[in-house]
Amino acid sequence: MKLTLRVWRQKNADAEGAMSTYEVDDISPDMSFLEMLDVLNEQLILSGEEPVAFDHDCREGICGACSLVINGDAHGPERTTTCQLHMRSFQDGDTIDIEPWRASAFPVIKDLVVDRSAFDRIIQAGGYITAPTGSAPEAHATPVPKADADFAFEHAECIGCGACVAACPNGAAMLFTSAKVNHLNVLPQGAPERETRVLDMVAQMDAEGFGGCTLTGECATACPKGIPLMSITSMNKEWLRATRKAGKR
Amino acid sequence: MARTMWDSSVGKKTVMAVSGVIMLLYLVAHVIGNLKIFFGAEEFNRYGHWLRTVGEPFMHYEWTLWLVRIVLLVAVVAHATSAYQLSRRDIKARPSKYVHKKPRASYATRTMRWGGVILGLFIVWHVLDLTTGTVHPGGFQEGHPYQNVVDTFSTWYGNVVYIAAMLALGLHIRHGFWSAAQTLGVGSRTRDRALKTIANVLALLLTAGFIAVPVGVMTGVVS
Ligand code: HEM
Ligand code: SF4
Ligand code: FES
Repeated sequence: MKLTLRVWRQKNADAEGAMSTYEVDDISPDMSFLEMLDVLNEQLILSGEEPVAFDHDCREGICGACSLVINGDAHGPERTTTCQLHMRSFQDGDTIDIEPWRASAFPVIKDLVVDRSAFDRIIQAGGYITAPTGSAPEAHATPVPKADADFAFEHAECIGCGACVAACPNGAAMLFTSAKVNHLNVLPQGAPERETRVLDMVAQMDAEGFGGCTLTGECATACPKGIPLMSITSMNKEWLRATRKAGKR
Repeated sequence: MARTMWDSSVGKKTVMAVSGVIMLLYLVAHVIGNLKIFFGAEEFNRYGHWLRTVGEPFMHYEWTLWLVRIVLLVAVVAHATSAYQLSRRDIKARPSKYVHKKPRASYATRTMRWGGVILGLFIVWHVLDLTTGTVHPGGFQEGHPYQNVVDTFSTWYGNVVYIAAMLALGLHIRHGFWSAAQTLGVGSRTRDRALKTIANVLALLLTAGFIAVPVGVMTGVVS
C-alpha cells in the first residue's frame, strides 16, 4: 500500500505545531498502525529528519499507552486501540490525518505525545482500596454477588488510555473517572472509601481542568474497552448519594 | 452541601437538571391550560381568572400565582447560570480543535446551547407580550387573555417567533429530559428505551400542543 500521511509535528510543549505531509510506500495490510509509523520513522531517520514521537508500550491493547487521533477518530476507525488497528482498515492511496489527543488537561509534550499525568492524579485521589499487604487473601473470604462482580469487571477493563477525553467535545474525563469509581465502589473491598472515593476523584477531575458531561456519547463510542455511557449515570448516582451523606454528617 | 453542589461540575449539572425538570413540569401544566382556547373566549378567560384565585381562601388573590412565578424565575436563573458556567468550562477544556473534523452527536444534542439561548430570549419576549403587555401588538387588555392571544398571533412576527421557539423547545426537551435522567442517576440500561421514548413523546406533545394555538388563530378556528 502507498499512503499519504498528514502528521501533527510539534517540537515541544511551548512550540507552535502544524501538520506535515509524508509519503510511505510498501505498507502491508497486515501491519499494525504503529508498525506503519515505525516504517515512516525509519525513513525519516535515514533522510536525517527528526522521527515522529508517539506513545506506545505493550502493543497488544492492554497498557493504554498508544494514543492517536486518526482521521478525527480517537484510536481510528475500528473500536480498538491504535496498536491493535491494522492497515487493512485503510485503502491503498488513502490520505490519513494523525493528531494527538486534544484537551487542555492533556498538554502536548512533543508531536503526538501528550501528558496524561492528570489521570494519575485522579487515581491518587481515590482509585485505591485500603487493604493489608502480604499474602493473597483466601478467595472465598469476601463473597461478591455475581452481578456485582460482572459490573466491577466491566469497569475494571478501562486501560486509562484517554480516548474518551480525546473524543469528548468538552474534553471531559467522566467516562474514565466513572469506570474507576464504579469498579471499586460496587465491591465490598471498596466499601470503606465508597463516599470519599467518588467525591475526591470528581473534585480532582474538576481541578485538572477537564470539562463536564453533556451526554453526547462520543466517549463511549471511542472507548476501545467498551465502557458504557451508562457508567457516567452510575457515577452521578454515587456522587449524589455521597453528597447527601456528607451533608448529614 | 450547597457549596459542594455548586462547586462541582457534577453538582452544577444537577442544578441544571432539577431546574430543567421543574420548568418541564410547568410546561406540561401550561400546555393543558393553553388548549382551553379552543373552547371559546368565555372558558379561556374564566380559566385565566381561576389561576389568580387558586388556593383561596387559604391564599390571598394571586398569591399562588406569584409563588409559581417566583419558583419559575429561580429555576430559569439557576438553569441559565449553570448552563453558562458549565459551557464556559467545557470550551476551556477543549481549546484546540482537530484538523480532521467529523460531524458529531445528534442535532438535538449539538443545539442545546444555542437552543437554550433562543428559549431564554423567547421567555423574555413572551412575558413582555402576554403577561405585562409591554410589547403587545394592539391594546393589551388585563383579564382578557383570549383577545390578547388572538392579537399576538394576528401578526406575522408573533407567529414566526413563537413557532420557531417551540421547535427549539422540542429539540431541547428531547435531549434534555433523557440527559436529566442520567445526571440525576435514575437512568439505567433497562430503562433507557423507556426514557428515550418518554423524552420524544413529551417533546412532540408539548411542541404540537403549543403550536396548535397560533395555527388555530391563523386558520381562523380561534378568532
Ligand atoms: C422552557 C425552558 C427550558 C426547559 C424545560 C429546559 C429543560 C432542560 C433540561 C431538562 C435539561 C437537562 C439537564 C441535564 O442535562 O441533566 C436542560 C439542559 C440544558 N439547558 Fe435547558 N431548559 C429550558 C430553558 C433553557 C434556557 C433558557 C437555556 C439557556 C440559557 C437552557 C440551556 C440549557 C443547556 C445549555 C443545557 C445543557 C445541555 C447539554 O447537556 O448539553 N435551557 N434543559
Ligand atoms: S474509559 Fe475507555 S477510552 Fe476512557 S480511558 Fe478508559 S479505556 Fe480509555
Ligand atoms: S500500546 Fe499498549 S494499548 Fe496500545
